[in-house]
Amino acid sequence: MTDRYETFAARIDERFGEQMARVPSSCGELTFVVDKEDLIEVATALRNEGEFGFEMLMDVCGVDYLNYGSDEWTTSSATGTGFSRGVEREPVILDEADEFDPQRFAVVYHLLSLQHNLRLRLRVYAGSSNPPIVKSVVDIWNGANWFEREVFDLFGILFQGHPDLRRILTDYGFIGHPFRKDFPLIGNVEVSYDVEKGRVAYQPVSIEPRTLVPRVIRDDNRYSADLKDVQDG
Amino acid sequence: MAEIQNYTMNFGPQHPAAHGVLRLVLELDGETIQKADPHVGLLHRGTEKLAESKPFSQSIGYMDRLDYVSMMCNEHGYVLAIEKLLAVTIPLRAQYIRVMFDEITRILNHLMWLGAHGLDIGAMTMFLYCFREREDLMDCYEAVSGTRMHATYYRPGGVYRDLPETMPKYQESKFRSKKEIDRLNSIREGSLLDFIEAFTDKFPGCVDEYETLLTDNRIWKQRTVNIGVVTPDRAMQLGFSGPMLRGSGVEWDLRKKQPYEVYDQVDFDIPVGRNGDCYDRYLVRVEEMRQSNRIIKQCIDWLRANPGPVMIDDHKLVAPNRVEMKDDMESLIHHFKLFTEGYCVPEGEAYAAVEHPKGEFGVYIISDGANKPYRVKIRAPGFAHISAMSEMVEGHMLADVVAVIGTQDIVFGEVDR
Repeated sequence: MTDRYETFAARIDERFGEQMARVPSSCGELTFVVDKEDLIEVATALRNEGEFGFEMLMDVCGVDYLNYGSDEWTTSSATGTGFSRGVEREPVILDEADEFDPQRFAVVYHLLSLQHNLRLRLRVYAGSSNPPIVKSVVDIWNGANWFEREVFDLFGILFQGHPDLRRILTDYGFIGHPFRKDFPLIGNVEVSYDVEKGRVAYQPVSIEPRTLVPRVIRDDNRYSADLKDVQDG
Repeated sequence: MAEIQNYTMNFGPQHPAAHGVLRLVLELDGETIQKADPHVGLLHRGTEKLAESKPFSQSIGYMDRLDYVSMMCNEHGYVLAIEKLLAVTIPLRAQYIRVMFDEITRILNHLMWLGAHGLDIGAMTMFLYCFREREDLMDCYEAVSGTRMHATYYRPGGVYRDLPETMPKYQESKFRSKKEIDRLNSIREGSLLDFIEAFTDKFPGCVDEYETLLTDNRIWKQRTVNIGVVTPDRAMQLGFSGPMLRGSGVEWDLRKKQPYEVYDQVDFDIPVGRNGDCYDRYLVRVEEMRQSNRIIKQCIDWLRANPGPVMIDDHKLVAPNRVEMKDDMESLIHHFKLFTEGYCVPEGEAYAAVEHPKGEFGVYIISDGANKPYRVKIRAPGFAHISAMSEMVEGHMLADVVAVIGTQDIVFGEVDR
């Protein structure tokens, strides 16, 4: 399996060169970062050229890298007072920022080739504009339609050239993009039946956010890269 | 003459044939459908966001609730992705147990589908027949995990416990006579494997019964043949998978092509359709039930002959057993750490796909080295299928919408997530 993937990666490197940059993976999967300007060209080639033949797009996934690698507990040294369970909350960052970190939003495409029995992952960073924009691949893989609508709904990433970019999973009239990392888990509004108005009405949430298990990143020597080299070599 | 305009109709979300909470906005010309616009998301619970706020092992239960008619297959996708990131290999016995329960789940799912699909387009008896057999399989779930539906049985590192030696039995009550109880308990005397074996012996006969009722049935054929035809090219374009793809004549099954667990050790065939209509997809699914039955039989034989561990022996990932904990400090610490903080998963990303009864169920996990996943994305097969609803019903009659919803095997737990 791995050998096949390696020869395949070499072929991709030969064909696309700088356009597709490989990301190392520990689980034998192929991941490439593609510049958003090159996406359509690369995707069309991957689908249409016989040696790649990725006729299926299995999944489109949005990712918000805002808090990547940050933890809620610092565990490097012991404290005299002990750790509190409560986690300090950052104020909610509004969507009105002029610019985002260009590496913040990404769209991940999972491709599958039935004829070669191969999988491939493409990651495209959505750039710094607000709202972030990526070109739509609906014309290349028609199945991308709803997947892109979902990414738009949950992350607020726009897809240029999409025929029908509406919200899909959230409520009619929903405000915000719930899967962004700065959107609170408990949400911003709650619904209840308003007797006076005679209809269901929105109001700000009344519950307190709490963290049951803090997010912790520990250095685990078993997975440390230095140690792996020693063991392998 | 007055000008005739198209008629817009709202189907669902409370319609019994909408399989849950599907709202379809249909544009009709007379009784012919011009366009269908499915509105989904009424069951959106934010499973992926919830999973990001919990340690890895605490989200397994959420996976059961995605596609709530094929519970263990969902768990399978999720634990496979974690195992891929952790680079652990689970014991062979656990792999066989997983394969066996995946196939039991496939039968469960297809029975539910067959019953509901039949009921939707006019075959009431199917529903009763299918639920009779489903009941036995639910008992297998109960015996092994304690619950009939939301099992949380697969864990990263294996399965929660070995197959039990006894089956739960019916108790006497004022609603059931002694004779009735004895009849029900007669197949529950032995171990779980005996019970499943008895089931696999009788099940092909049950499938024959279903087929007698439907396969050559004139009404059934009128309702399904040439309805919702999808060509192989379109099926691939639209991201179809599972029986929806095979019904169109594409020979693709992850169990054969990208085998996980021990699917390369068992012998089975992949049924493939020819015309890509509702009838072919029906035939594919019915044959899949027979093949699943074959796989289960092979697993039973192997499991009888090969006792062994069902979990890896690594207490950094798997809780030590209770008895050990009572007199071993180390075990107690491991237990405490696992149930408070969980374990950290090395940084990286993994996509694990299983051949779910409905198609390719993929779980994509990004980990940044923390005890919680950074991002979990669930690739639900039903989501891709229902997005093609408009294309499949265009030009058909209103009544065929129900046949197409049925043939897509939609469950909103996984579509909305």
